[in-house]
Amino acid sequence: MANVTLIDAINMAMAWEMEHDDSVIVLGEDVGVNGGVFRATAGLQERFGSERVLDTPLAEALIAGVSIGMAAQGLKPIAEIQFSGFIYPAVDQMINHAGRLRSRTRGRLHVPMVLRAPSGGGIHAPEHHSESNEAFFAHMPGIRCVIPSSPSRAYGLLLAAIRDPDPVVFLEPTRMYRMNKQNVEDNGEALPLDTCFILKEGDDVTLVSWGAMIFETLKAAKELEAEGISCEVIDLATISPIDGETILESVEKTGRLVIVHEAPVSCGVGAEVAAIVADKGLFFLHAPIQRVGGYDTPMPLFKLEHDYMPSVNRITNAIRKTLET
Amino acid sequence: MSLTISAKFEIKHVQYLDPTGKPVTKSLPKIASDKEQVLAMYRMMTLVRTFDRKAIALQRTGQLGTYASCLGHEATHVGIGAAMKPEDAFFPMYREYGAQFMRGVKMEDVLLFWGGDERGNDFAGPRHDFPWCVPIATQYHHATGAAMAFKYRKEKRVAVSVIGDGGTSQGDFYESLNAAGAWNLPVVFVVANNQWAISVPLELQTSCETLAQKAIAGGFEGIQVDGNDILAMRDAMDTALAKARGGKGPTLIEAMTYRLSDHTTADDARRYRKEAEVKAAEKKEPMIRIRKYIMDKTWWTKKQEDELLETCAAQVDDAVKAYLETGKPPVESMFDHMFANMPQSLREQREMAIEESKHHG
Repeated sequence: MANVTLIDAINMAMAWEMEHDDSVIVLGEDVGVNGGVFRATAGLQERFGSERVLDTPLAEALIAGVSIGMAAQGLKPIAEIQFSGFIYPAVDQMINHAGRLRSRTRGRLHVPMVLRAPSGGGIHAPEHHSESNEAFFAHMPGIRCVIPSSPSRAYGLLLAAIRDPDPVVFLEPTRMYRMNKQNVEDNGEALPLDTCFILKEGDDVTLVSWGAMIFETLKAAKELEAEGISCEVIDLATISPIDGETILESVEKTGRLVIVHEAPVSCGVGAEVAAIVADKGLFFLHAPIQRVGGYDTPMPLFKLEHDYMPSVNRITNAIRKTLET
Repeated sequence: MSLTISAKFEIKHVQYLDPTGKPVTKSLPKIASDKEQVLAMYRMMTLVRTFDRKAIALQRTGQLGTYASCLGHEATHVGIGAAMKPEDAFFPMYREYGAQFMRGVKMEDVLLFWGGDERGNDFAGPRHDFPWCVPIATQYHHATGAAMAFKYRKEKRVAVSVIGDGGTSQGDFYESLNAAGAWNLPVVFVVANNQWAISVPLELQTSCETLAQKAIAGGFEGIQVDGNDILAMRDAMDTALAKARGGKGPTLIEAMTYRLSDHTTADDARRYRKEAEVKAAEKKEPMIRIRKYIMDKTWWTKKQEDELLETCAAQVDDAVKAYLETGKPPVESMFDHMFANMPQSLREQREMAIEESKHHG
C-alpha cells in the first residue's frame, strides 16, 4: 500500500500496465526524459526504454492520429496531451476516426487508445492551460470520457481505460494532482467504467459532480450537514456514457438534484444529467434541478480564476434553493 | 558577410515509357521484362477501368450514391497495390480501387460503401488495411502510427498511404512527414497529384515546383514519378518499399497523373476547367502506353485484348449483381459495433431504433 497523490497514482497505473503488457506504449510531448510537464510519466522511459516511452514532435493531431494507427495495428497507446487547451487539433482525429473506426468497419478494426490530458483550472497556469472540455468529448459517439477525482479512482479508472478495447479520453483534474494523498494498493485492479461512485450517502439532496469540483462539492455537503441537511454526493467519473441509473436511484430517494461542474454551464455535461432526470425521474423531484457551473466565458487568466470556478458558497446556495420548496 | 550553403536539394523524376508507349531510356527496370507481372498489372488496370465506368453508370441510374471515379489514375493505383506485400498495410483516400483490388478488396465492397452500406468497409482484403478515408490527409497519421507499431515489434512490414495534391496543404500531411522522418519509420507516402482538388488547380495549392520536394522538410527523399507510367510507378514503389523494409526510412512519391473524370459524380468539372486541357491529358492517359508496350513486346494480341474486355465486363457484372442483391443492413448494426461493451444508453436507443424501423420497413 502506497500513500500517493493523484499524479503518482496515474504514474503507478501506467507503470503497472506497461510491466504486464508489452503492447502498452506511452507517447506525447516531453513525456520521455522529462517525465511530462506534470511528472505523470516520470521514470517510465528510464524503466521501459525510449521505444515504449516516446517523445513526439510538437503536434497534437499527430499524437492522436498515430495513436489510432498504432491501436488499430495491435498496440495500446497512452497518449498525453500536455494541456487541455491544446487538445483541439486532436479532436478531428478523435471524432472522425477514433470514435468511428469500429463502427464503420463493422468491428473489423478497433482503437484501444487512451488520450490523457490535464483538465481544469485553479493552479495559476497561463492562458489555455486551464480549460474543462469534457462536454466536447461527451458529444462524440464511440468515445468514452472519464475524469477521476481521487488517487485511488485515478489508478483504477486509468487501468480500466487502458484495458478497454475502445478509445477513452481520460481527463485529469490538474488542481487535484497534488492536493492530497491516499493509500492506494498497486495491485493492478481496475475500477469499472460507465459507473458513478457514491462518495457520501445522504437523504435530502443529490449532488452530482466530477473532477476537481468534487472537492468543493464535498465541502459544501459537509458544511450543510452541520445545519442538518443530508447530501448524497455522486462522482460521475465516466462522463460519457453516463450511468443514469445510479443518479436516478439517488434522486428517487432525495427528490432534489444539484449538478456541479467547472466547465461553462451552457450545454455542459450537467445539462445532460439534468435531461436524464427530467426524462426519467421528473416526478421524483420536489424542486427544480439546479446547475452550478463555470460561466459562459473563456476561462479567465488566473487573477479571476477563482471567481470563475464554482465556489462552495455557490454550491450551498444552490442546495438551499432546492430546499425552499 | 560570409555566405555558405546550409542545404541543397534536387528532385528526381522517374519515367520509362512516353505517352505513346516508347521507352524513354534503355535502362528499363527489371519489372519491365517480367512478362507475367506486367500483364497482371495491365489486366488489373483494365478491370479497374471497366469497373469505374460501370460504377458511374450505376450512379447515373440511381443505383449507387455519390461515387469518386479513378479514371486516369489506374497506373498510380495498380502500381502501388502490385508492389505491396499482403502483410503491409494500406491507408487509402477514396479512389485507389486498383491498389485495393490487387490486395483482395472486392468490387462488391466498393459498391457497398458508395451504395451507403458500412459493410463495404468490412472488406475481404487484408483485414488490417484501413477503410476509405474521406477527411483529407488525416490517414497519413494512421499510416505513421501503423509504421510505429511495425517498427516497435520489429516486423518487416511497411505502411503505405495515399493522398491527393490538395492533401499536401493540410497540416496533417506535414506533421506526419516530419514525424516519420524524425523516427525513421517504414512508411511510403504517396501523393496522387491529379492536378485538381475539386475545382482548385495545383498552382493555387502551392508555389513549389514539385510536391515531392515537401519531403525535404521531413528530412527524407521525395521523388516525382510519372504516375501514368505503370513501369515507373511500380519501380518507384518497389524501391521505396525495399528501403522502408530495410530500415532506411520513409519516402514520399509524387505520382503525376490527371483526373480525367469529375471529382465525384456530384461534381461537374466543365464549370472550372477547359476542355482542351482534358483532351490533352487524355493523350497521356495510362492505358495507351502500356498496351502499346506489351503489344510491341508481342506479349499481347488483339484477340487477348477482346477476351480480357469480355472477362472484365463479366466480373464487373457479377459484382454489380451481388451488390444489388444485398439488402439494407439491419438497423441494429448501427449500434452493435459502437463499443465492445455496449453502454446501457445505447442499448435503449438500439431497441427504440428497431421498434421504429418496423414502421418504415
